[in-house]
Amino acid sequence: MIGPGDNGYLAHAAGFVLRDGPKVVTSRFEYEDSFTMERYLATGGYDAIKTALTRTPESIHGEVRDAVLLGRGGAGFPAGVKWGFCPDDVWPRYLVVNGDESEPGTYKDRLLMERDPHQLIEGCLLACYAVGLSQCFLYVRGEMALAQERIAQALNEAYAAGLVGKNINGSEVSIDIVLHWGAGAYIVGEETALIESLEGNRGMPRLKPPFFPAAIGLYGQPTIVNNVETLANLPWIITNGADAYKQMGSETSPGTRMFAVSGHVKRPGVYEAEQGVTTFRDLIYGDDFCQGMRDGNDLKMFIPGGGSAPWFFEEQLDLPLEAKPVGAAGSMLGSGAIVIMDHTTDAVKACLRVVRFFSRESCGKCTPCREGTNWLETVLQRVLDGHGRPSDLDMLLDIGNNISPGPYPTAAHESEGLEAVPFPPKQTTICPLGPSAVAPLTSALRRFRHEFEAKIVQRDLIPVSAEPAPVAAAPDHGGGH
Amino acid sequence: MARLSEENVARAHEMIARYPVPKSALIPLLHVAQEQDGYVANDAMEHIAELVGVTAAEVVGTCTFYEMFKRHPVGTYVLNICTNIACQLLGGEELLAHAEERLGIRAGATTDDKMFTIEDVECIAACTEAPCLQVNYRYYGRIDPDRLDQMIEELRAGTGIAAEIPVHGTLAQTLQHLPEGQGDDIIHPDLITEAPVWFRSDEPEEATTGGAA
Ligand SMILES: Cc1cc2nc3c(=O)[nH]c(=O)nc-3n(C[C@H](O)[C@H](O)[C@H](O)COP(=O)(O)O)c2cc1C
Ligand code: SF4
Ligand code: FES
Repeated sequence: MIGPGDNGYLAHAAGFVLRDGPKVVTSRFEYEDSFTMERYLATGGYDAIKTALTRTPESIHGEVRDAVLLGRGGAGFPAGVKWGFCPDDVWPRYLVVNGDESEPGTYKDRLLMERDPHQLIEGCLLACYAVGLSQCFLYVRGEMALAQERIAQALNEAYAAGLVGKNINGSEVSIDIVLHWGAGAYIVGEETALIESLEGNRGMPRLKPPFFPAAIGLYGQPTIVNNVETLANLPWIITNGADAYKQMGSETSPGTRMFAVSGHVKRPGVYEAEQGVTTFRDLIYGDDFCQGMRDGNDLKMFIPGGGSAPWFFEEQLDLPLEAKPVGAAGSMLGSGAIVIMDHTTDAVKACLRVVRFFSRESCGKCTPCREGTNWLETVLQRVLDGHGRPSDLDMLLDIGNNISPGPYPTAAHESEGLEAVPFPPKQTTICPLGPSAVAPLTSALRRFRHEFEAKIVQRDLIPVSAEPAPVAAAPDHGGGH
Repeated sequence: MARLSEENVARAHEMIARYPVPKSALIPLLHVAQEQDGYVANDAMEHIAELVGVTAAEVVGTCTFYEMFKRHPVGTYVLNICTNIACQLLGGEELLAHAEERLGIRAGATTDDKMFTIEDVECIAACTEAPCLQVNYRYYGRIDPDRLDQMIEELRAGTGIAAEIPVHGTLAQTLQHLPEGQGDDIIHPDLITEAPVWFRSDEPEEATTGGAA
């Protein structure tokens, strides 16, 4: 069953590393046919929705609330609480599944969609049943052709089996699930932009507050937006109960999460690990995780939660993978994307690359982000290219401050007497994309200012002559005017 | 180039019916146009506007926001090479430079023989497999320059990986189809004023049990 590829990787699920330990969402990944209806049914599939249909919607909602299932899309908001925000008497309500995974470093929703689409579909059904949502749109990132195919296939099978659509499993519950796909735009992952995009528009975020999608969302109706991994947890929770779920992980972050660990480690991979009880050090150095740094190199810095997260360093290695302590320490677990950088990494180059991402992906709706991210990129590029000016570093911080005012969240640097600034950042923008561009900048500048300065000191001076340049003589047109 | 073919118009109607509001089908329909012609042609956008009942300008507005939609013909094979952080750390930029050198074009351009387009793309969610790339949105991980050369040769010769990659424009090859008799509840939200049946009363056992007595 286990298809060992190179280095113990599962050839059919590139990047996923199977290890001992509790499995909530990756329990079928060891099977090569994990995406088929046969395998899903043979491993307890669709039992959760069948059980749920014998219980009240409120009790299913309660189970999820009790499980403290934190959203896995980035913000970490408890799903059960979000579900409660729909106004009582406005119908219809919709479910929109966020499968737009594009945060730099993030690789887990794609695996869940490609490897176990039925688990996701069952999760959608459970959420719909619990909250009274009769239609679900499953928004898959445009570039993920295989995920779209697997979900289409799974939906066709589930409809044919009477498990999705009219009168599910012979009950009076009817829920339609429609596969939708995007066309390449990171910002569409932001929930209000996702809704705009699903309405057929340019994917630009809506201003919130006052109205969140749960109150005014798709077509102006109450809409729950949940991440793929969040929903994939539901079948397990309903089958095994909230109490069993809370046996795993820690009190404020129960259960497991999928972590994609990439960069300069010996065995990069996607791991399902218990939250709270596993630390960054375990993930990076543990024998059943990444097995340490490549070539025995030293760790320089790491991104703990995707490109939007402020960077961590050696001192933060022993923090648990748990939302609260990571937030207090100045960053976020975000989308479970951990990027490891060793001492050979050029901090300016790495910083520029992440900033460039946000600059390219800014939707342009608000000025501080549209202009600011672009200037951050331009100025960083000239610093990297050796054309930086001594005033550039303060200018960069000033631009950052216009997008995200006040001290930006950062990790502590004890030897320098710098204290942690807790997450999240403030924003002058409509959505958090703009402020995210400031994360790599302040992280790198606070810690590695000398690297920036070294590039500026060594800059190629453009010769400036003491004499003002002569004004070019006007070309002689031979008179006549 | 062209308006949508008869077959694609049928597909379009099927797609539009899956949404409570027709305009929601725009992005999937633009993909259909791109699959038909390899890029999104102006005539196709006008046709889509007619099918969905919006102005052509709205279709163009949506189309131009999204990176995957090409307004002009591109190569048969679009190589999307990731240079974002995880890939940069392990040679993504060098891989891109190698591809540029090898094909004699810059990222964003298409070779004269219209075989290849190169793009310098953001994270494609395969970070643990860095450096990685997509060919027409099919994934290949842990690619070094030699392997890239080999892939380019195979695509040119129509051997090896060429067998598993459809031409540019074709995305998913398996599509969702609602079976006969399904989907009639998908109606405009204004036509729905009540909670779904299973959500109407608070004394549910009877109302919701379905097959489980
Ligand atoms: C710029 C930006 C990009 C985002 N991208 C994604 C994404 O790709 N996938 C995702 O699930 N959530 C993404 N989010 C978070 C969503 O807005 C939303 O919080 C999430 O989908 C809610 O689901 P959850 O509560 O289950 O986590 C993004 C947020 C922002 C601000
Ligand atoms: S912060 Fe940036 S991405 Fe977000 S709405 Fe403003 S311009 Fe668009
Ligand atoms: S950074 Fe290249 S795939 Fe994520």
